[in-house]
Amino acid sequence: MTTAALPSPVRIGLSRGVLELKAFFRERSAVVFTVAMPMILMLIFGTIFKGKVHDTNVDFRQYFAAGIIASGIMSTTFVSLGVAIAQERDDGTLKRLYGTPLPKAAYFIGKAVLALALSVLETAVLFVLGNVLFGLKPPSTPERWLTFAWVFVAGVVVCTLLGIAVSSVPRSGRGAAAVLNMPYLVLQFISGVYFPFDGLPSGVQQAGALFPLKWMSQGLRSALLPDTLLPAEPAHSWEHGRTGLVLAAWAVAGLALCLTTFRWKRRRDG
Amino acid sequence: MNDTAVRVRGLRKRYGDVDAVNGVDLDIFRGEVFALLGPNGAGKSTTVEILEGHRRRTGGDVSVLGADPGKPTREWRARLGIVLQTSNEQPELSVREIVRHFAGYYPRPRDVDEVIEAVGLTEKAGARLAQLSGGQRRRVDVALGIIGGPELLFLDEPTTGFDPDARRQFWRLIEGLAGGGTTILLTTHYLDEAEALADRVGVITGGRVLEVGSPMELGGRATATARVSWLGPEGRQSLETDSPTQVVAELSQKFDGEVPELTVARPTLEDIYLTMIGEGR
Repeated sequence: MTTAALPSPVRIGLSRGVLELKAFFRERSAVVFTVAMPMILMLIFGTIFKGKVHDTNVDFRQYFAAGIIASGIMSTTFVSLGVAIAQERDDGTLKRLYGTPLPKAAYFIGKAVLALALSVLETAVLFVLGNVLFGLKPPSTPERWLTFAWVFVAGVVVCTLLGIAVSSVPRSGRGAAAVLNMPYLVLQFISGVYFPFDGLPSGVQQAGALFPLKWMSQGLRSALLPDTLLPAEPAHSWEHGRTGLVLAAWAVAGLALCLTTFRWKRRRDG
Repeated sequence: MNDTAVRVRGLRKRYGDVDAVNGVDLDIFRGEVFALLGPNGAGKSTTVEILEGHRRRTGGDVSVLGADPGKPTREWRARLGIVLQTSNEQPELSVREIVRHFAGYYPRPRDVDEVIEAVGLTEKAGARLAQLSGGQRRRVDVALGIIGGPELLFLDEPTTGFDPDARRQFWRLIEGLAGGGTTILLTTHYLDEAEALADRVGVITGGRVLEVGSPMELGGRATATARVSWLGPEGRQSLETDSPTQVVAELSQKFDGEVPELTVARPTLEDIYLTMIGEGR
């Protein structure tokens, strides 16, 4: 008996990505919730806050617009994926997949494709909104475009890996949204998304600086906002080296967590 | 090639202090339909899930298609088909989309449209899963289980919740697969289903296999006495006998023709099964 070769994980992974996108965009309520939530936040904060960031001539609304783009990335990756995977574990999707020759890597690739596509969409929508409402400008130099690109990609990678890893924490699919939204909400408030980071108490700053969202927000500000904002940044510099290091460390940790803690089955399925 | 698809010796599975499976021995031959029967909590599902590679065993030797299911590989998975109990995922995809997608997991999948036709969903191929009835969803599950062209197919209570007509149609589908040479391990609570489909049935209770035999022979059914019953002058009468034909002939003479409300019954598979699991407790 000759054995035909198994399809490669990358090929199956891309095919899963296409399927995930199709299923996602046909589920209209999910699309609206994922894309509209950060838009609504942007509108609300845009009507509440006015003026300049302290010691600078930068419009505060542009400051938090950059932060909301960063937290939008975390929403479409970390939160969406974490909840979706926990639900798929609960409803038997993962059990069915585990009974097929689907490799784990292909499943992850499919989720990553979905997360990347949603993040691009969300970022584009939020940027256009920030541009129209608050005059947020695109990166002004090729160098800043490059910064924007690597911060975006690193943010998507880190939060995707963490989303897959954290999906194993909730005990059921129903509890997943609550479990995932808690760290997301807390991080938004301690990472300088809605308030200038250096205005936070120093203990909160130190806690926020341990997590990726602070560095993603800062990185996007460095790409989208002028250097005149620097007096209001905690280190009075963009700290690109440190941003890269922190995100790389989280990527490694996230990958290790994914590979070691990912479960196809519910806890009670032992 | 080995003619045993599944070989189990001394299988044990322990949860805490309880042995859910306690020394199961089982042989399933290539090309046969084998039905595993047993009450809830008897160790039936645990045994099947160990064979599927979904659960780890505590002890014993298990070989499924020549490999240890405790160490599942992609190559081995590609030779199996598993139809789990109901699932509700991916309501927004169409039948053809999901079947075609799963075909991409396998080295030599069957033709997508042919499989959809085999499960009787050709007319629904373009419909989204959310629009299908429960029975139709179950057919999709089966389509996904057989799209890889499995040598061995696991069917876990496939017709639970079906109406009688849908069950008969489903049986014909399974018969077709068996006719094509697929080895099938079926678990079911319906004794008539086991009788209609299975070449052999095994009864499992208390974590052990009580007996294995053909549906006609299980539990001494073939040699069991028959019960002849009729309406006599003093009301309903009945007689246990090894020679029912002779009894009927005598009755016929006695009544000079038709015997009122005559029935001749051998124990059904269900009677035998209930007696067996009653003794096993």
